[in-house]
Amino acid sequence: MNIHEYQAKELFRDYGIPVPEGQVAHTEQQALSIAERLGGDAWAVKAQVHTGGRGKGGGVKLAHSLDEVETLAEQIIGMNLVTAQTGNNGRLVRRVLVEQVREIEREFYLGITIDRATQRISFIVSAVGGMDIENLADDNPDLMAQETVDPAVGLQDFQCRKLVKVMGLEGAAVKKATRIMKRLYRLFRDKDGLMVEINPLALLENGDLLALDAKMTFDGNSLYRLPDITDLRDFDEEDPKEVEATGHGLNYIALNGDVGCIVNGAGLAMATMDAISLQGGKPANFLDVGGGASPEKIANAFRIVLEDPNVKTILLNIFAGINRCDWIAKGIVQAIRDQEISMPVIIRLAGTNVEEGWKIMRESGLDYIEAETLNDAAEKAVKTIKGAQA
Amino acid sequence: MSILVNKNSKVIFQGFTGQHASFHAQEAIKTGTPVVGGVTPGKGGQTHLDLPVFDSVHDAVAETGADVSGIFVPPPFAADAIMEAIDAGIKVIVVIADGVPVQDMVRVKRYLKGHDAIIVGPNTAGVITPGECKVGIMPEHIYQPGRVGLVSRSGTLNYEVVEQMTGLGLGQSTSISIGGDPVNGCDFITILKKFNEDPDTDAVVLIGEIGGQQEVEAARWAKENMNKPLVAYIAGVTAPPGRRMGHAGAIVSGESDTAPAKMKRMAELGAHVVENAADIGRTVHEALNNS
Repeated sequence: MNIHEYQAKELFRDYGIPVPEGQVAHTEQQALSIAERLGGDAWAVKAQVHTGGRGKGGGVKLAHSLDEVETLAEQIIGMNLVTAQTGNNGRLVRRVLVEQVREIEREFYLGITIDRATQRISFIVSAVGGMDIENLADDNPDLMAQETVDPAVGLQDFQCRKLVKVMGLEGAAVKKATRIMKRLYRLFRDKDGLMVEINPLALLENGDLLALDAKMTFDGNSLYRLPDITDLRDFDEEDPKEVEATGHGLNYIALNGDVGCIVNGAGLAMATMDAISLQGGKPANFLDVGGGASPEKIANAFRIVLEDPNVKTILLNIFAGINRCDWIAKGIVQAIRDQEISMPVIIRLAGTNVEEGWKIMRESGLDYIEAETLNDAAEKAVKTIKGAQA
Repeated sequence: MSILVNKNSKVIFQGFTGQHASFHAQEAIKTGTPVVGGVTPGKGGQTHLDLPVFDSVHDAVAETGADVSGIFVPPPFAADAIMEAIDAGIKVIVVIADGVPVQDMVRVKRYLKGHDAIIVGPNTAGVITPGECKVGIMPEHIYQPGRVGLVSRSGTLNYEVVEQMTGLGLGQSTSISIGGDPVNGCDFITILKKFNEDPDTDAVVLIGEIGGQQEVEAARWAKENMNKPLVAYIAGVTAPPGRRMGHAGAIVSGESDTAPAKMKRMAELGAHVVENAADIGRTVHEALNNS
């Protein structure tokens, strides 16, 4: 689960990690009064959306007068921010963070991830900040360092000293950086973080360190024990169809093809999409109905897939282990009848109670295409589309 | 022979009296899996499915000599159940729960250090040595005893491949899903090592997916150490970057995480890489005939 920069900075404040003075605004009037209260002669106006690359997309601007704060806030709030990560549709900006701007001496990168190689929490720092960390890793690996934390004892001072040395900090800043790292580790551990990034972490003229940006991702599986983090979820930033699917116990991700997919299991769902692609077709979505798929769940899966106007054919691939084909078949029959589906439906059933499943399908009298194997199903699905085009 | 579980295993289920554990324990018993009892705290002394229920894994081990546990407790309680099994001396721990917090698994992996146990999962369909022992939720009838080892992340994609293989008369020595989470109890290499040492496994099929470098590391290990053919498939060529494809671990975070990049590296390292999941059975057949 992702949160906004302003929310991450509030968590940072709670944990004593220094961030710039600032506040979130939903209107330009609010932005103006926040800037007035902050004082000073320069302010940052930052679009609050769940995407990286906001600066390049024109969502982060610097104002040198109060009038400019108001003008920029008016421009940014309500804009459709297009970045490398949002795709062409962009993301509607509903609020901005207004912050005091300080003179900066140097910028660094500080991040935490769960490293899949060591399967532990891992700190990453760079002596250069403010740029894409992946590019930096390729171009300047010498400027970076990584420290893996032993979960039995937590992040140690000596590890912080190693990281700080690579960052090139000296004197009083060493202690300050160590304190930030240890507090960040505590936040990450307490709130079940999956990723946190401070890019950049800034060294000010007076020797203070300040988190100029803050990005944080949490483990969706831990939300049951984190009510405060659950409250930070912003459904406006998520695809409404994906949210609806989650509500029905389905895992749905929209893609841009025309073959609607309904599959059980994430691995088989990906393999099915790949098989469609190998046959020269394009999957319209990823959809995993999961285990224990009831007839209602199957009906909901059909409904969600059919909401996509690009879908021209539906491929249903079920390999039942914990599921039962007869139950799935009941759901298919119900869905095709109730939703009056007229486009081609290709069905492949295998595994638990497969004979009973086919019996229900064949006795339904409905129009559908049977497939024996994964490849057979993909081939037939793509054929229905090519046939329609020919 | 086989790896991890066989007809001499002594299997218990944690969360034994729950609905899912009851169903899958019954299924396993029906086909001959040596189940010796189960654990549900507070229900010690009762009988369930004609088998004894214990309050703790320690009690179960003391009374029955159990050495394999299938954990069916809900995700929030999984870490505690796994560590209890480790502490009680269980050797093979299969964690079915889908949705265990990642940092719980980070701590469990630390706790595992110095203990002689293997964790399979979480988020796994389980382990099966066909005809001998099943600890999981897979449909047993598609499996057939044989000499090909199978290790996958996904459960249903594992079934897909097993059906192809069984259809071609290629039975399985043991089949394992390590699970779709980013922090797995055991990795591909741990399983490959076991298959390599097993005299009754002639070839190994590895079914991976996007995200992380585990599959590539496994292929590297196999190139240096394995004397049996390795057939590999990676799901998710069509997966968009930055999106979690159902499994918590199935996410492309960089170029090297993509399916094509992983397949390329694995082929360079000598694995028989299959592009279409539908061709895996046939490729195993060819690899065995050519080796």
